[in-house]
Amino acid sequence: MIRVNDLAHGRAGDKGNTSNISVIAYDEAGWKILREQLTEAVVRQAFSHFATGPVIRYELPRLQALNFVIHGALGGGVTRSLAQDAHGKSLSSLMMTIEIPGAQ
Amino acid sequence: MTAASTRPLRIGAGASFADDRIAPAVELAERGQLDYLAFECLAERTVARENQSRLKNPKLGYTPRLMDRMRQVLPVALKHGVKIITNMGAANPIAAVELVHDFARSEGVGPLHSAAVLGDDITDLLRQQPGLKLMESGAPLEDLLPRMVSANAYLGADVIVRGLATGAQLVVTGRVADPSLYLAAAMHHYGWAYDDWDRIAAGTAAGHLLECCAQVSGGCFAAPGRKAVPDLARLGFPYVDMLADGDFTVSKLKDTGGRVDLATCKEQLIYEMHDPASYITPDCVLDITGLGMRQVEPDRVRITGAQARPRTDTYKVTVGYTDGFIGEGQISYAGIDAVARAELAASVVQQRLADAGHRYSELRVDLIGIDSLHARRVHDADPYEVRLRIAARTTDRKAAEAVGFETRALHVNGPAGGGGGSDPVVKEVLAVQSVLCPRGQVDPRITIREFRS
Repeated sequence: MIRVNDLAHGRAGDKGNTSNISVIAYDEAGWKILREQLTEAVVRQAFSHFATGPVIRYELPRLQALNFVIHGALGGGVTRSLAQDAHGKSLSSLMMTIEIPGAQ
Repeated sequence: MTAASTRPLRIGAGASFADDRIAPAVELAERGQLDYLAFECLAERTVARENQSRLKNPKLGYTPRLMDRMRQVLPVALKHGVKIITNMGAANPIAAVELVHDFARSEGVGPLHSAAVLGDDITDLLRQQPGLKLMESGAPLEDLLPRMVSANAYLGADVIVRGLATGAQLVVTGRVADPSLYLAAAMHHYGWAYDDWDRIAAGTAAGHLLECCAQVSGGCFAAPGRKAVPDLARLGFPYVDMLADGDFTVSKLKDTGGRVDLATCKEQLIYEMHDPASYITPDCVLDITGLGMRQVEPDRVRITGAQARPRTDTYKVTVGYTDGFIGEGQISYAGIDAVARAELAASVVQQRLADAGHRYSELRVDLIGIDSLHARRVHDADPYEVRLRIAARTTDRKAAEAVGFETRALHVNGPAGGGGGSDPVVKEVLAVQSVLCPRGQVDPRITIREFRS
Protein backbone atom coordinates (compact mmCIF):
# COMPACT_ATOMS: atom_id res chain seq x y z
CA MET A 1 0.00 0.00 0.00
CA ILE A 2 1.07 3.56 -0.65
CA ARG A 3 -0.22 6.83 0.71
CA VAL A 4 -1.69 9.53 -1.54
CA ASN A 5 0.82 11.86 0.13
CA ASP A 6 3.67 9.94 -1.52
CA LEU A 7 2.24 10.46 -5.00
CA ALA A 8 0.50 13.80 -4.93
CA HIS A 9 -0.14 17.17 -3.35
CA GLY A 10 -3.44 18.98 -3.02
CA ARG A 11 -5.52 21.77 -1.54
CA ALA A 12 -9.03 21.93 -0.09
CA GLY A 13 -11.57 24.64 -0.86
CA ASP A 14 -15.12 25.28 0.27
CA LYS A 15 -18.45 26.34 -1.19
CA GLY A 16 -21.37 26.21 1.21
CA ASN A 17 -21.45 22.76 2.79
CA THR A 18 -19.34 21.22 0.04
CA SER A 19 -15.59 20.68 0.08
CA ASN A 20 -13.46 20.28 -3.02
CA ILE A 21 -10.04 18.72 -2.71
CA SER A 22 -7.48 18.53 -5.49
CA VAL A 23 -5.08 15.63 -5.81
CA ILE A 24 -2.21 16.59 -8.13
CA ALA A 25 0.28 13.90 -9.13
CA TYR A 26 3.99 14.60 -8.84
CA ASP A 27 4.70 12.50 -11.94
CA GLU A 28 3.27 10.27 -14.65
CA ALA A 29 3.71 7.04 -12.69
CA GLY A 30 1.87 8.48 -9.70
CA TRP A 31 -0.88 9.81 -11.95
CA LYS A 32 -1.53 6.33 -13.38
CA ILE A 33 -1.87 4.84 -9.90
CA LEU A 34 -4.08 7.64 -8.60
CA ARG A 35 -6.36 7.58 -11.61
CA GLU A 36 -6.89 3.87 -11.22
CA GLN A 37 -6.95 3.47 -7.45
CA LEU A 38 -8.19 6.70 -5.88
CA THR A 39 -11.82 6.17 -6.77
CA GLU A 40 -14.93 7.93 -5.52
CA ALA A 41 -15.67 4.89 -3.35
CA VAL A 42 -12.23 4.97 -1.71
CA VAL A 43 -12.54 8.66 -0.90
CA ARG A 44 -16.13 8.26 0.24
CA GLN A 45 -14.95 5.60 2.69
CA ALA A 46 -12.11 7.77 4.02
CA PHE A 47 -14.48 10.68 4.66
CA SER A 48 -17.42 8.58 5.83
CA HIS A 49 -17.04 9.51 9.51
CA PHE A 50 -18.30 13.02 8.84
CA ALA A 51 -19.23 13.69 5.20
CA THR A 52 -22.94 13.16 4.75
CA GLY A 53 -23.29 13.47 0.98
CA PRO A 54 -21.98 11.91 -2.20
CA VAL A 55 -18.43 12.21 -3.56
CA ILE A 56 -17.88 13.16 -7.19
CA ARG A 57 -14.52 12.79 -8.93
CA TYR A 58 -13.44 14.91 -11.89
CA GLU A 59 -10.34 14.15 -13.95
CA LEU A 60 -7.90 16.68 -15.38
CA PRO A 61 -5.53 14.49 -17.42
CA ARG A 62 -3.60 17.41 -18.93
CA LEU A 63 -2.70 18.56 -15.43
CA GLN A 64 -2.43 15.00 -14.11
CA ALA A 65 -4.84 15.94 -11.38
CA LEU A 66 -8.10 14.77 -9.82
CA ASN A 67 -10.70 17.01 -8.22
CA PHE A 68 -12.95 15.49 -5.57
CA VAL A 69 -16.16 17.27 -4.69
CA ILE A 70 -17.38 16.03 -1.32
CA HIS A 71 -20.91 17.05 -0.40
CA GLY A 72 -22.02 17.53 3.18
CA ALA A 73 -18.42 17.68 4.42
CA LEU A 74 -18.46 20.98 6.28
CA GLY A 75 -20.82 20.57 9.21
CA GLY A 76 -23.58 22.60 7.58
CA GLY A 77 -21.22 25.05 5.90
CA VAL A 78 -18.55 27.56 6.80
CA THR A 79 -20.98 30.01 8.27
CA ARG A 80 -22.80 27.50 10.50
CA SER A 81 -20.22 24.90 11.45
CA LEU A 82 -19.24 24.22 15.06
CA ALA A 83 -15.81 23.03 13.93
CA GLN A 84 -12.58 24.90 14.62
CA ASP A 85 -11.72 24.59 10.95
CA ALA A 86 -15.08 25.67 9.62
CA HIS A 87 -13.73 26.06 6.07
CA GLY A 88 -12.35 22.54 6.05
CA LYS A 89 -8.99 23.90 4.86
CA SER A 90 -7.28 21.02 6.66
CA LEU A 91 -9.29 18.35 4.81
CA SER A 92 -6.58 18.07 2.14
CA SER A 93 -4.40 16.55 4.87
CA LEU A 94 -6.98 13.82 5.45
CA MET A 95 -7.01 13.09 1.71
CA MET A 96 -3.21 12.73 1.83
CA THR A 97 -3.42 9.98 4.47
CA ILE A 98 -5.52 7.66 2.31
CA GLU A 99 -3.76 4.39 1.47
CA ILE A 100 -4.16 2.78 -1.93
CA PRO A 101 -2.46 -0.19 -3.64
CA GLY A 102 0.81 0.87 -5.35
CA ALA A 103 2.01 -0.04 -8.84
CA GLN A 104 0.91 -3.54 -9.89
CA MET B 1 -8.02 53.75 -22.52
CA THR B 2 -4.32 52.90 -22.61
CA ALA B 3 -2.55 53.17 -25.92
CA ALA B 4 -1.53 49.90 -27.49
CA SER B 5 2.00 48.98 -26.58
CA THR B 6 4.26 45.99 -26.80
CA ARG B 7 4.34 45.66 -23.03
CA PRO B 8 1.65 43.30 -21.77
CA LEU B 9 -0.99 44.47 -19.35
CA ARG B 10 0.19 43.76 -15.83
CA ILE B 11 -2.39 43.06 -13.11
CA GLY B 12 -1.32 42.45 -9.53
CA ALA B 13 -3.11 40.69 -6.68
CA GLY B 14 -3.27 42.73 -3.48
CA ALA B 15 -5.46 40.69 -1.14
CA SER B 16 -7.30 37.39 -0.92
CA PHE B 17 -9.40 38.16 2.14
CA ALA B 18 -10.22 41.09 4.39
CA ASP B 19 -7.44 40.32 6.85
CA ASP B 20 -4.76 39.50 4.33
CA ARG B 21 -1.22 40.86 4.71
CA ILE B 22 -0.72 44.41 3.43
CA ALA B 23 3.07 44.88 3.06
CA PRO B 24 3.42 42.58 0.00
CA ALA B 25 0.67 44.58 -1.76
CA VAL B 26 2.54 47.83 -1.09
CA GLU B 27 5.71 46.19 -2.41
CA LEU B 28 3.91 45.12 -5.58
CA ALA B 29 2.49 48.63 -6.11
CA GLU B 30 5.92 50.16 -5.51
CA ARG B 31 8.16 47.96 -7.63
CA GLY B 32 5.82 45.88 -9.76
CA GLN B 33 5.37 48.23 -12.74
CA LEU B 34 1.70 47.35 -12.50
CA ASP B 35 -1.18 48.75 -14.50
CA TYR B 36 -3.79 47.45 -12.03
CA LEU B 37 -3.84 46.13 -8.50
CA ALA B 38 -6.98 44.31 -7.32
CA PHE B 39 -8.02 43.52 -3.76
CA GLU B 40 -10.51 40.72 -3.10
CA CYS B 41 -11.77 41.12 0.46
CA LEU B 42 -15.26 39.61 0.72
CA ALA B 43 -15.86 36.13 2.08
CA GLU B 44 -19.28 34.52 1.63
CA ARG B 45 -20.89 36.03 4.70
CA THR B 46 -18.93 39.31 4.91
CA VAL B 47 -21.51 41.35 3.08
CA ALA B 48 -24.25 40.05 5.37
CA ARG B 49 -22.24 41.07 8.42
CA GLU B 50 -21.45 44.49 6.98
CA ASN B 51 -25.06 44.99 6.02
CA GLN B 52 -25.87 44.69 9.72
CA SER B 53 -23.16 47.29 10.49
CA ARG B 54 -24.67 49.68 7.93
CA LEU B 55 -28.16 49.28 9.38
CA LYS B 56 -26.76 50.36 12.75
CA ASN B 57 -24.67 53.21 11.31
CA PRO B 58 -25.14 54.41 7.70
CA LYS B 59 -21.49 55.52 7.56
CA LEU B 60 -20.31 51.93 8.08
CA GLY B 61 -20.81 48.73 6.12
CA TYR B 62 -17.54 48.64 4.15
CA THR B 63 -14.71 46.20 4.92
CA PRO B 64 -13.38 47.24 8.36
CA ARG B 65 -9.74 47.12 7.24
CA LEU B 66 -10.42 49.39 4.25
CA MET B 67 -8.43 52.32 5.56
CA ASP B 68 -5.59 50.24 7.04
CA ARG B 69 -5.04 49.03 3.53
CA MET B 70 -5.73 52.21 1.56
CA ARG B 71 -3.55 54.44 3.76
CA GLN B 72 -0.59 52.25 2.88
CA VAL B 73 -1.40 51.35 -0.72
CA LEU B 74 -3.18 54.34 -2.27
CA PRO B 75 -0.34 56.92 -2.18
CA VAL B 76 2.09 54.41 -3.67
CA ALA B 77 -0.38 53.27 -6.30
CA LEU B 78 -1.20 56.82 -7.40
CA LYS B 79 2.48 57.73 -7.53
CA HIS B 80 3.12 54.89 -9.96
CA GLY B 81 -0.08 55.21 -11.98
CA VAL B 82 -1.51 51.92 -10.72
CA LYS B 83 -5.29 51.69 -10.82
CA ILE B 84 -7.06 49.94 -7.97
CA ILE B 85 -10.08 47.65 -8.22
CA THR B 86 -11.60 46.27 -5.03
CA ASN B 87 -14.76 44.84 -3.51
CA MET B 88 -13.94 46.42 -0.13
CA GLY B 89 -17.12 48.48 -0.48
CA ALA B 90 -18.95 45.42 0.89
CA ALA B 91 -22.44 46.62 1.89
CA ASN B 92 -21.63 50.33 1.45
CA PRO B 93 -19.35 51.21 -1.50
CA ILE B 94 -20.32 54.90 -1.34
CA ALA B 95 -19.24 55.26 2.29
CA ALA B 96 -16.01 53.46 1.42
CA VAL B 97 -15.20 55.80 -1.46
CA GLU B 98 -16.09 58.90 0.60
CA LEU B 99 -13.75 57.74 3.34
CA VAL B 100 -10.90 57.17 0.89
CA HIS B 101 -11.43 60.66 -0.55
CA ASP B 102 -11.45 62.19 2.94
CA PHE B 103 -8.08 60.56 3.49
CA ALA B 104 -6.76 61.68 0.09
CA ARG B 105 -7.80 65.29 0.75
CA SER B 106 -6.37 65.41 4.25
CA GLU B 107 -3.07 63.87 3.17
CA GLY B 108 -2.79 65.84 -0.07
CA VAL B 109 -2.89 62.64 -2.10
CA GLY B 110 -4.37 63.00 -5.54
CA PRO B 111 -6.10 64.25 -7.56
CA LEU B 112 -8.25 61.16 -7.18
CA HIS B 113 -11.15 60.05 -9.35
CA SER B 114 -13.15 57.08 -8.08
CA ALA B 115 -16.23 55.12 -9.04
CA ALA B 116 -18.55 53.16 -6.77
CA VAL B 117 -20.50 50.26 -8.26
CA LEU B 118 -23.97 49.84 -6.79
CA GLY B 119 -26.76 47.37 -7.41
CA ASP B 120 -25.61 44.03 -6.03
CA ASP B 121 -27.85 44.52 -2.98
CA ILE B 122 -31.17 42.98 -4.01
CA THR B 123 -32.55 42.30 -0.55
CA ASP B 124 -35.83 44.09 -1.27
CA LEU B 125 -36.22 42.34 -4.60
CA LEU B 126 -35.81 38.89 -3.04
CA ARG B 127 -38.41 39.59 -0.36
CA GLN B 128 -40.90 39.43 -3.23
CA GLN B 129 -39.50 36.13 -4.54
CA PRO B 130 -40.35 33.59 -1.82
CA GLY B 131 -40.56 30.80 -4.39
CA LEU B 132 -36.88 30.88 -5.38
CA LYS B 133 -35.16 27.61 -4.47
CA LEU B 134 -32.06 27.40 -2.28
CA MET B 135 -29.29 25.91 -4.40
CA GLU B 136 -28.03 23.34 -1.86
CA SER B 137 -31.22 22.06 -0.28
CA GLY B 138 -33.86 22.90 -2.89
CA ALA B 139 -36.04 24.35 -0.11
CA PRO B 140 -37.96 27.56 -0.88
CA LEU B 141 -36.39 30.90 0.05
CA GLU B 142 -39.61 31.62 1.97
CA ASP B 143 -38.28 29.59 4.93
CA LEU B 144 -35.41 32.06 5.40
CA LEU B 145 -37.20 35.33 4.63
CA PRO B 146 -38.16 36.15 8.25
CA ARG B 147 -34.49 35.86 9.25
CA MET B 148 -32.91 37.30 6.07
CA VAL B 149 -30.53 40.21 6.66
CA SER B 150 -29.13 40.63 3.16
CA ALA B 151 -29.18 39.34 -0.40
CA ASN B 152 -26.39 40.24 -2.77
CA ALA B 153 -25.93 39.18 -6.37
CA TYR B 154 -22.47 38.25 -7.58
CA LEU B 155 -22.06 40.88 -10.30
CA GLY B 156 -19.58 40.41 -13.14
CA ALA B 157 -16.71 42.23 -14.82
CA ASP B 158 -19.04 44.31 -17.00
CA VAL B 159 -20.09 46.56 -14.12
CA ILE B 160 -16.46 47.15 -13.12
CA VAL B 161 -15.64 47.99 -16.75
CA ARG B 162 -18.38 50.62 -16.58
CA GLY B 163 -16.63 52.06 -13.54
CA LEU B 164 -13.24 52.03 -15.25
CA ALA B 165 -14.75 53.62 -18.37
CA THR B 166 -15.39 56.80 -16.38
CA GLY B 167 -11.61 57.17 -16.16
CA ALA B 168 -11.60 56.31 -12.47
CA GLN B 169 -8.31 55.37 -10.83
CA LEU B 170 -10.17 53.53 -8.07
CA VAL B 171 -13.24 51.33 -8.54
CA VAL B 172 -14.98 50.13 -5.39
CA THR B 173 -17.70 47.50 -5.52
CA GLY B 174 -19.82 45.44 -3.21
CA ARG B 175 -20.40 41.81 -4.11
CA VAL B 176 -18.82 40.86 -7.42
CA ALA B 177 -17.39 37.49 -8.41
CA ASP B 178 -13.74 37.26 -7.39
CA PRO B 179 -12.26 36.54 -10.86
CA SER B 180 -14.30 39.42 -12.32
CA LEU B 181 -12.15 41.94 -10.43
CA TYR B 182 -9.23 40.85 -12.60
CA LEU B 183 -11.04 40.06 -15.85
CA ALA B 184 -12.46 43.60 -15.78
CA ALA B 185 -8.99 45.16 -16.00
CA ALA B 186 -8.19 43.17 -19.13
CA MET B 187 -11.62 43.74 -20.74
CA HIS B 188 -11.28 47.47 -20.20
CA HIS B 189 -7.64 47.69 -21.28
CA TYR B 190 -7.99 45.62 -24.44
CA GLY B 191 -11.64 46.31 -25.23
CA TRP B 192 -12.60 42.63 -25.08
CA ALA B 193 -16.28 41.84 -25.56
CA TYR B 194 -18.34 39.10 -23.97
CA ASP B 195 -18.57 37.08 -27.18
CA ASP B 196 -14.78 36.95 -27.46
CA TRP B 197 -14.76 33.58 -25.70
CA ASP B 198 -11.10 32.70 -25.78
CA ARG B 199 -10.14 36.01 -24.23
CA ILE B 200 -12.94 36.03 -21.67
CA ALA B 201 -11.78 32.51 -20.76
CA ALA B 202 -8.17 33.64 -20.41
CA GLY B 203 -9.11 36.65 -18.31
CA THR B 204 -11.33 34.54 -16.06
CA ALA B 205 -8.66 31.87 -15.64
CA ALA B 206 -6.13 34.60 -14.81
CA GLY B 207 -8.57 36.08 -12.32
CA HIS B 208 -9.18 32.72 -10.73
CA LEU B 209 -5.43 32.14 -10.37
CA LEU B 210 -4.96 35.59 -8.79
CA GLU B 211 -8.08 35.88 -6.64
CA CYS B 212 -6.49 34.07 -3.69
CA CYS B 213 -3.33 36.11 -4.01
CA ALA B 214 -0.36 34.33 -2.39
CA GLN B 215 -2.02 30.93 -2.78
CA VAL B 216 -0.55 30.87 -6.31
CA SER B 217 2.90 32.16 -5.30
CA GLY B 218 3.76 29.73 -2.50
CA GLY B 219 1.19 30.40 0.23
CA CYS B 220 -0.86 27.56 1.67
CA PHE B 221 1.59 25.17 0.04
CA ALA B 222 4.70 24.44 2.12
CA ALA B 223 5.20 21.11 3.87
CA PRO B 224 8.61 20.60 5.47
CA GLY B 225 10.69 18.01 3.64
CA ARG B 226 8.18 17.53 0.87
CA LYS B 227 7.13 20.86 -0.63
CA ALA B 228 9.74 23.53 0.07
CA VAL B 229 8.90 27.21 -0.32
CA PRO B 230 11.90 29.57 -0.37
CA ASP B 231 11.76 32.42 2.15
CA LEU B 232 8.11 31.80 3.05
CA ALA B 233 8.23 34.56 5.65
CA ARG B 234 8.77 37.13 2.87
CA LEU B 235 6.20 35.63 0.49
CA GLY B 236 5.58 37.89 -2.51
CA PHE B 237 2.15 38.51 -4.01
CA PRO B 238 1.58 37.42 -7.62
CA TYR B 239 0.82 39.27 -10.83
CA VAL B 240 -0.27 38.34 -14.34
CA ASP B 241 1.18 39.65 -17.61
CA MET B 242 -1.70 39.53 -20.09
CA LEU B 243 -1.30 39.96 -23.85
CA ALA B 244 -4.05 41.28 -26.12
CA ASP B 245 -4.76 37.80 -27.49
CA GLY B 246 -5.29 36.28 -24.03
CA ASP B 247 -1.89 34.63 -23.74
CA PHE B 248 -0.71 35.18 -20.18
CA THR B 249 1.89 34.32 -17.58
CA VAL B 250 1.71 34.23 -13.79
CA SER B 251 4.72 35.51 -11.88
CA LYS B 252 5.93 37.35 -8.78
CA LEU B 253 8.55 39.98 -8.04
CA LYS B 254 12.19 38.97 -7.92
CA ASP B 255 13.70 39.27 -4.44
CA THR B 256 10.50 38.13 -2.76
CA GLY B 257 9.88 34.79 -1.11
CA GLY B 258 7.66 32.07 -2.46
CA ARG B 259 7.50 30.14 -5.72
CA VAL B 260 5.41 30.21 -8.88
CA ASP B 261 5.53 26.92 -10.74
CA LEU B 262 3.31 24.20 -12.12
CA ALA B 263 2.59 22.79 -8.67
CA THR B 264 1.48 26.09 -7.11
CA CYS B 265 -0.52 27.05 -10.21
CA LYS B 266 -2.29 23.69 -10.38
CA GLU B 267 -3.30 23.83 -6.71
CA GLN B 268 -4.78 27.29 -7.13
CA LEU B 269 -6.41 26.55 -10.48
CA ILE B 270 -8.48 23.69 -9.05
CA TYR B 271 -9.13 25.49 -5.74
CA GLU B 272 -12.84 25.95 -4.99
CA MET B 273 -13.79 24.53 -8.36
CA HIS B 274 -16.36 21.78 -8.79
CA ASP B 275 -16.79 20.53 -12.38
CA PRO B 276 -13.61 21.77 -14.14
CA ALA B 277 -15.49 21.80 -17.46
CA SER B 278 -18.16 24.15 -16.05
CA TYR B 279 -16.87 26.75 -13.64
CA ILE B 280 -19.74 29.22 -13.58
CA THR B 281 -18.99 32.92 -13.10
CA PRO B 282 -21.19 35.92 -13.95
CA ASP B 283 -19.00 36.41 -17.04
CA CYS B 284 -18.82 32.96 -18.60
CA VAL B 285 -18.83 29.22 -18.01
CA LEU B 286 -15.14 28.42 -17.82
CA ASP B 287 -13.70 25.09 -19.00
CA ILE B 288 -10.16 24.35 -17.81
CA THR B 289 -10.00 20.73 -18.98
CA GLY B 290 -7.91 21.74 -22.01
CA LEU B 291 -5.76 24.20 -20.13
CA GLY B 292 -1.99 23.83 -20.39
CA MET B 293 0.80 25.20 -18.19
CA ARG B 294 4.49 25.63 -18.94
CA GLN B 295 7.32 26.94 -16.79
CA VAL B 296 8.89 29.55 -19.09
CA GLU B 297 11.44 30.87 -16.59
CA PRO B 298 11.97 30.63 -12.85
CA ASP B 299 8.81 31.81 -11.04
CA ARG B 300 6.94 32.40 -14.29
CA VAL B 301 4.28 30.04 -15.69
CA ARG B 302 2.59 30.46 -19.05
CA ILE B 303 -1.08 29.49 -19.20
CA THR B 304 -2.85 28.58 -22.44
CA GLY B 305 -5.96 26.79 -23.60
CA ALA B 306 -8.68 28.01 -21.23
CA GLN B 307 -12.06 27.86 -22.91
CA ALA B 308 -15.42 29.40 -22.14
CA ARG B 309 -19.08 29.19 -23.02
CA PRO B 310 -21.62 32.06 -22.76
CA ARG B 311 -22.56 33.27 -19.32
CA THR B 312 -25.78 31.95 -17.84
CA ASP B 313 -28.97 34.03 -17.68
CA THR B 314 -28.96 34.14 -13.87
CA TYR B 315 -26.90 35.73 -11.12
CA LYS B 316 -25.88 33.70 -8.09
CA VAL B 317 -27.19 35.48 -5.02
CA THR B 318 -25.86 35.05 -1.49
CA VAL B 319 -28.62 35.28 1.08
CA GLY B 320 -27.44 36.06 4.61
CA TYR B 321 -29.70 35.14 7.52
CA THR B 322 -29.48 34.89 11.29
CA ASP B 323 -29.26 31.32 12.49
CA GLY B 324 -29.14 31.35 16.28
CA PHE B 325 -26.02 31.31 18.43
CA ILE B 326 -22.88 29.27 18.96
CA GLY B 327 -21.44 29.10 22.48
CA GLU B 328 -17.92 27.82 23.10
CA GLY B 329 -15.49 27.14 25.93
CA GLN B 330 -12.06 25.51 26.34
CA ILE B 331 -9.91 24.13 29.16
CA SER B 332 -6.75 21.98 29.29
CA TYR B 333 -5.62 18.82 31.13
CA ALA B 334 -2.08 17.39 31.32
CA GLY B 335 -0.21 14.24 32.24
CA ILE B 336 -1.41 10.75 33.12
CA ASP B 337 -5.09 10.25 32.24
CA ALA B 338 -5.33 13.68 30.62
CA VAL B 339 -7.75 12.36 28.04
CA ALA B 340 -9.87 10.53 30.61
CA ARG B 341 -10.21 13.68 32.70
CA ALA B 342 -11.05 15.79 29.63
CA GLU B 343 -13.74 13.29 28.67
CA LEU B 344 -15.11 13.31 32.22
CA ALA B 345 -15.11 17.11 32.10
CA ALA B 346 -17.04 17.10 28.84
CA SER B 347 -19.71 14.82 30.26
CA VAL B 348 -19.98 16.96 33.41
CA VAL B 349 -20.54 20.12 31.37
CA GLN B 350 -23.20 18.41 29.25
CA GLN B 351 -24.99 17.16 32.36
CA ARG B 352 -24.95 20.63 33.95
CA LEU B 353 -26.27 22.25 30.77
CA ALA B 354 -29.08 19.68 30.60
CA ASP B 355 -29.90 20.09 34.30
CA ALA B 356 -30.23 23.84 33.74
CA GLY B 357 -32.79 23.15 31.04
CA HIS B 358 -30.71 24.40 28.14
CA ARG B 359 -31.34 22.82 24.77
CA TYR B 360 -28.94 22.59 21.83
CA SER B 361 -29.60 21.44 18.29
CA GLU B 362 -25.98 20.35 17.99
CA LEU B 363 -23.08 19.99 20.45
CA ARG B 364 -19.51 19.15 19.64
CA VAL B 365 -16.60 18.01 21.83
CA ASP B 366 -13.02 18.36 20.53
CA LEU B 367 -9.82 17.15 22.18
CA ILE B 368 -6.87 19.27 21.01
CA GLY B 369 -3.18 19.45 21.91
CA ILE B 370 0.52 18.71 21.83
CA ASP B 371 2.79 20.92 23.92
CA SER B 372 0.95 24.05 25.04
CA LEU B 373 1.05 23.45 28.80
CA HIS B 374 4.57 22.53 29.86
CA ALA B 375 6.61 23.39 26.77
CA ARG B 376 7.92 19.86 26.22
CA ARG B 377 6.82 16.44 27.26
CA VAL B 378 7.99 15.60 30.74
CA HIS B 379 6.20 12.28 30.87
CA ASP B 380 5.48 9.70 28.21
CA ALA B 381 1.72 9.74 28.70
CA ASP B 382 0.31 9.77 25.20
CA PRO B 383 -0.95 12.33 24.60
CA TYR B 384 0.75 14.29 27.37
CA GLU B 385 -1.84 17.01 27.21
CA VAL B 386 -5.26 17.62 25.80
CA ARG B 387 -7.38 20.73 25.43
CA LEU B 388 -11.09 20.21 25.72
CA ARG B 389 -13.23 22.35 23.45
CA ILE B 390 -17.01 22.31 23.69
CA ALA B 391 -19.13 24.13 21.11
CA ALA B 392 -22.91 24.03 20.77
CA ARG B 393 -25.63 25.56 18.64
CA THR B 394 -28.87 26.95 20.03
CA THR B 395 -31.52 29.55 19.30
CA ASP B 396 -31.26 30.83 22.89
CA ARG B 397 -28.45 33.29 23.71
CA LYS B 398 -28.49 32.31 27.40
CA ALA B 399 -27.98 28.67 26.51
CA ALA B 400 -25.06 29.67 24.29
CA GLU B 401 -23.50 31.68 27.12
CA ALA B 402 -23.84 28.71 29.44
CA VAL B 403 -21.54 26.53 27.31
CA GLY B 404 -18.45 28.63 27.93
CA PHE B 405 -19.51 29.49 31.47
CA GLU B 406 -19.81 25.86 32.50
CA THR B 407 -16.59 24.91 30.73
CA ARG B 408 -14.58 27.59 32.54
CA ALA B 409 -16.23 26.66 35.84
CA LEU B 410 -14.53 23.25 35.51
CA HIS B 411 -11.42 24.87 37.03
CA VAL B 412 -12.98 24.43 40.46
CA ASN B 413 -15.95 22.19 39.81
CA GLY B 414 -14.55 19.61 37.40
CA PRO B 415 -11.88 16.88 37.28
CA ALA B 416 -8.39 17.33 38.76
CA GLY B 417 -5.90 19.75 37.27
CA GLY B 418 -7.97 21.68 34.74
CA GLY B 419 -6.03 24.74 33.57
CA GLY B 420 -6.22 27.68 31.20
CA GLY B 421 -9.97 27.87 30.84
CA SER B 422 -10.88 30.34 28.10
CA ASP B 423 -13.23 33.27 28.40
CA PRO B 424 -16.65 32.10 27.24
CA VAL B 425 -17.35 32.80 23.56
CA VAL B 426 -20.78 33.53 22.13
CA LYS B 427 -21.24 34.15 18.42
CA GLU B 428 -24.43 35.20 16.73
CA VAL B 429 -24.50 33.02 13.64
CA LEU B 430 -24.86 34.72 10.28
CA ALA B 431 -25.35 31.89 7.85
CA VAL B 432 -25.60 32.07 4.08
CA GLN B 433 -27.43 30.18 1.37
CA SER B 434 -27.41 30.72 -2.38
CA VAL B 435 -30.21 31.22 -4.91
CA LEU B 436 -30.22 32.03 -8.62
CA CYS B 437 -31.97 35.21 -9.76
CA PRO B 438 -32.72 36.14 -13.41
CA ARG B 439 -30.37 38.78 -14.84
CA GLY B 440 -33.23 40.90 -16.10
CA GLN B 441 -34.34 41.61 -12.55
CA VAL B 442 -30.91 42.64 -11.26
CA ASP B 443 -29.37 44.59 -14.15
CA PRO B 444 -31.71 47.63 -14.01
CA ARG B 445 -30.53 48.29 -10.45
CA ILE B 446 -26.83 48.62 -11.31
CA THR B 447 -25.51 52.18 -11.20
CA ILE B 448 -22.11 53.88 -11.12
CA ARG B 449 -21.41 56.87 -8.84
CA GLU B 450 -18.33 59.03 -9.48
CA PHE B 451 -16.28 60.95 -6.90
CA ARG B 452 -13.46 63.46 -7.45
CA SER B 453 -11.09 65.18 -5.07
